[in-house]
Amino acid sequence: MQNEPRIVITGMGWITPLGHDLASVWSNLMAGASGMAPIDRFDARTFPTSFAAQVRNFDVTRYVKDMAVHRTAGLNTCFALGAARQAWEQSGLSKSGAVNARRAGIYLGAGEGVLDTEHYFATNIAGWDEAAGMIDGRRWAEAALREMTALREIEQEPNMPVSHLAREFGLRGPAYNCLTACAASTQAIGEACTILKRGDADVMLSGGTHTMIHMLGVTGFNRLTALSTSKGDPTKASRPFDRDRDGFVMGEGSGMVVLETLDHASARGAKPLAEVVGYGSSADAFRITDIQPEGRGAAASMTMALRQAGIDPHSTRADGRAPIDYISAHGTGTKENDSIETKAVKRVFAHNAERIPMSSVKSMMGHLIAAAGAVELITCVMAIEEGMLPPTINYQTPDPSLDLDYVPNVARRAKVDVCLSNSFGFGGQNDTLVVSRWAS
Amino acid sequence: MPRPERCRVVITGLGPICAFGVGIQPLWSALLEGRSAIAPVRRWDASGFASNAAAELLLDTFDVKSAVPKSYRKATKVMARDIEFAVGAAQEAVRDAGIVTRATEGATPTIPPDRFGCQIGAGLIAADVDELTAALWTSRGADGNFDIAHWGETGMTNLTPLWLLKYLPNMLSCHVTIIHDCQGPSNTITCAEASAGLSCGESMRVIQRGDADVCLSGGAECRVHPMSMLRQGFARRLAATPTGVDPATITRPFAPDATGGLLGDGGGIVVLENGATAAARGAVALAEIAGFGASQCFCPDTIGVEVNETGEEIAMAIAAALDDAGITADAIDAIVPFGSGIPHVDQPEAAALVSVFGSRARSIPLIQVMPFVGNCGAGAGALAIIVGAQAIRTQTLPARINTTGCTALDANVTPARAATLKNVLVVITSLGGQNAAIVLRAVA
Repeated sequence: MQNEPRIVITGMGWITPLGHDLASVWSNLMAGASGMAPIDRFDARTFPTSFAAQVRNFDVTRYVKDMAVHRTAGLNTCFALGAARQAWEQSGLSKSGAVNARRAGIYLGAGEGVLDTEHYFATNIAGWDEAAGMIDGRRWAEAALREMTALREIEQEPNMPVSHLAREFGLRGPAYNCLTACAASTQAIGEACTILKRGDADVMLSGGTHTMIHMLGVTGFNRLTALSTSKGDPTKASRPFDRDRDGFVMGEGSGMVVLETLDHASARGAKPLAEVVGYGSSADAFRITDIQPEGRGAAASMTMALRQAGIDPHSTRADGRAPIDYISAHGTGTKENDSIETKAVKRVFAHNAERIPMSSVKSMMGHLIAAAGAVELITCVMAIEEGMLPPTINYQTPDPSLDLDYVPNVARRAKVDVCLSNSFGFGGQNDTLVVSRWAS
Repeated sequence: MPRPERCRVVITGLGPICAFGVGIQPLWSALLEGRSAIAPVRRWDASGFASNAAAELLLDTFDVKSAVPKSYRKATKVMARDIEFAVGAAQEAVRDAGIVTRATEGATPTIPPDRFGCQIGAGLIAADVDELTAALWTSRGADGNFDIAHWGETGMTNLTPLWLLKYLPNMLSCHVTIIHDCQGPSNTITCAEASAGLSCGESMRVIQRGDADVCLSGGAECRVHPMSMLRQGFARRLAATPTGVDPATITRPFAPDATGGLLGDGGGIVVLENGATAAARGAVALAEIAGFGASQCFCPDTIGVEVNETGEEIAMAIAAALDDAGITADAIDAIVPFGSGIPHVDQPEAAALVSVFGSRARSIPLIQVMPFVGNCGAGAGALAIIVGAQAIRTQTLPARINTTGCTALDANVTPARAATLKNVLVVITSLGGQNAAIVLRAVA
C-alpha cells in the first residue's frame, strides 16, 4: 500500500538464559555459549529430560519502580517487566511527556503463568475418591479453598503480563495477548505493526515472555517426545540441523521491543534501531501433531512477509548479494522441524537458498516457546548493528538432506542489512517477520 | 489524518454455542422468552463452593463427535471441552453462512484456503482434574503425598502422550483450521473475557488490509470447571447461590442490589467476510462490523491493584469504535454491554456509558446476555456479538430479566419487543483490563 506509515524499532530488551542485557547476551551468542544445565527449579532427576536453559540470577526489583503493585507477579510476568524496562529506557520514552498514554498500546505473545504445582497437586490428591475413580467435588473444593491462594491462581491467566506492563508503564491504548504456542511473540510483533500502520496507536510495546520449565510443562513435552533426552553433557543437547538432533531443549525468558511509527519517532528525535518491513501469518491446516511435510504453511508465511517487504526472493541485489542476508530459523532441533523448515526455505528462495546463512540461537539458549520469536527478532537487529551472525552450535554431523548454510559452530562476520525471522507454532500457526537496517 | 477507503466487513454466519445448545435458534428463543439457562451445576458436585450454579452445556446437548467429519473423529480424543466448543461453533457458523469447506468430504470449497483466516480467542484451559489426578494418584509416596521421583520415572506415563495438546489455547484455532482448511492468517488471542471481541476486531482488520477474504472469528471457553470456579471465586467475581433462591434470578447487571456473576459454558464463532466477496457469492449479510476499538485499563478489579472507577478507558474504546464506524454516539440504537452483574465491574462500565452517551444513556436499550448464558469467559464476547447481530437481523430487542431499580441505564426487566435497530454497540471488558468495543450495523 502506498504512503503506509513506516514502523521502526526504537528500543529492545531481553531476559534470557544467556544473560539479562543486550550486550552480555550478544557476547555469549558470539562466543557460542550454551545456557543448558540440570534443572534446579524442581527435582527433575528422574524425568526423561532433566536439563533446560534456565534464566539465572535474575532480580526483578532492579527493573521495577514500585514492587508493591507487582508483588504477586508470576515468573513470566517478572521476565516481561525486566525486558520491557530495558526496551522502554532504550527508546527514550521513559522521559516525561515523550508519549501520550492513550496512543500507546501493548501486544504480547505471552505464555500462561506457572501452576502452583505443590498446592494444586495436594488439592487433587486430597479430593480424590479412589473407589469412584474420580474427584469428590465437596472434598476437592474444601481442599482447594484451603490450599490454593487467590493471587497465585489469577496471575496464571495469560493476559496478566499485559496487565502488569500496562500498569508499570501507564499505557492505555489497544492491548492484546496472543498465545499461538511457539509463534506467539513473532505474531504479536507483526500484529502490533499493523495496529501502528492503521493509525490506531503511535507506540506499541510488544514481544513475549514464557516459562514452561515446571513439572507439568516438562511432563507435557516429555510425553510428546518433543524434548531432547540426550544423556550426555546438556550443553551439547540442542543440535539444530545436525544429523543426530533428537528434540528441543526448553528455555525461558522474555524479549521486548518498542515499536513506533517513523513519524512519532522522528518528531521526538529518537534514533530507529531498525525497520520492520514485512510480516506474514499462515496456518498449516494439516494435522495437530505433524507439520505439513512440504512446508506449505511456513513457505506461505515467508512469502507473505517478503511480498510486504517488497523483496523478490529470487532476485539478486546490485552488489551481487542474495535478497536477504540472514535467516533466524525456527530451528528447534527436532527431526521434523529442521528438515521441513529447510525445505520451505528452499521452496521460497529457490536458487538463492544456499547463499543465505540461516542459524538457530535455540542451540545456545534453548526454546523460549512463546518468547522465542521476540528474542530471535532482537538477535536479527543485533546482527544488523554488529555485522555478525550468531552460530548454530553443536553442529557436528551434517544431515545429508539438510544442505543449507547453518553458520556452524562459529559466529561469522558479514554485511547484514536485511534479516528474516521465522516462528512456527505447534498445531500449525506460522509467522514471519522481515527486519531491515534503518535508512531514511 | 484522513483514513483510506476500506472495504466493508460483514457477518454472514452465526455459530453460537452455549447452555441452550448449538445455533442461534435455541439461544434466541430463550432470550425472547426471558428464560435463563443458569441452574445448579450437574457435571460434578460443586456444592463445596458458595457459588455453585452455572449455565452448563452438557454432553447430552452437545457431543463434538456429531460436529466433525467422520475422518476427524479420532482427533476429538485430544480436545479439551473448550476446543470441542470451538469446533462445534465453527461447524455451525460455516453451515449458517452457506459455505462449503473441506469438512464436507468431496465438495469443492467455497473459499480459497489461502484467503481463509481464523482468529479464535481462548481462555486458560484447565486440565481435566479427574484425568490428571488419576495419573498423580499412582505417584503417591509412603506418606501419601505426591512423589516427584516416582512421577518422573513411571508415573507420568499414565498420562496419554498427547496430553499437553488438549490444553494449549491455540488448539481451538488449530483444529478449526484443519477441519475447514483455513490456511490464511491464524491467531489465538488470550485476554480473558475480551478475547473474542479482540479476535473479531483483528479478523476485521485482517480482511480490511487484504490478507484474507473470509475469517472464522470468535472465542470459546469451558468455564463450568472446578478450577475456573475456584479462580473466578478468588477474583471476587461470583455471586453466592444460597439454598432456596432460584439461581436463574441471581445475575442482575447494573442493579443496585447486584451480588456478582455466574459462569457459563460456550462462546461462538461468526463468519466475517469482505462485503464484496460475500456479495459475489450471493451470501446474505446479516450485519456489518462497522467499527472496532480497543484499550487497556490499569488492572481494574485485579486484587491489590486499584480500580479505575471512571471507566475512562472503556469510554476510549467505545469512542474509537464509533469513530471507526464514522458515526457519533447519537446514532447508537441499542447496546450489548458486558453487563456481568459484578458490582465493581458494572460500575466503571456504567460510568463509561454515561460519559459517552450523556443523558441519552438512560434511554438506549441494553441487551442482556450474561443473565441467560452466564459469563463464558473467552467466549463471552462472541455471544454478545452474535446476539447483537441477531437483534439487528430480526429488528427485535430480546427480553431482559432480573435487574430492577437501575436508574442510570435502560437495564430493568422488560419483555422482548420490536425495534428499529441500525447501529448496535457491543462493549467487552476483561479481568486484566483489556477492553474492546464493536459497532454492528444493519446492512442497507
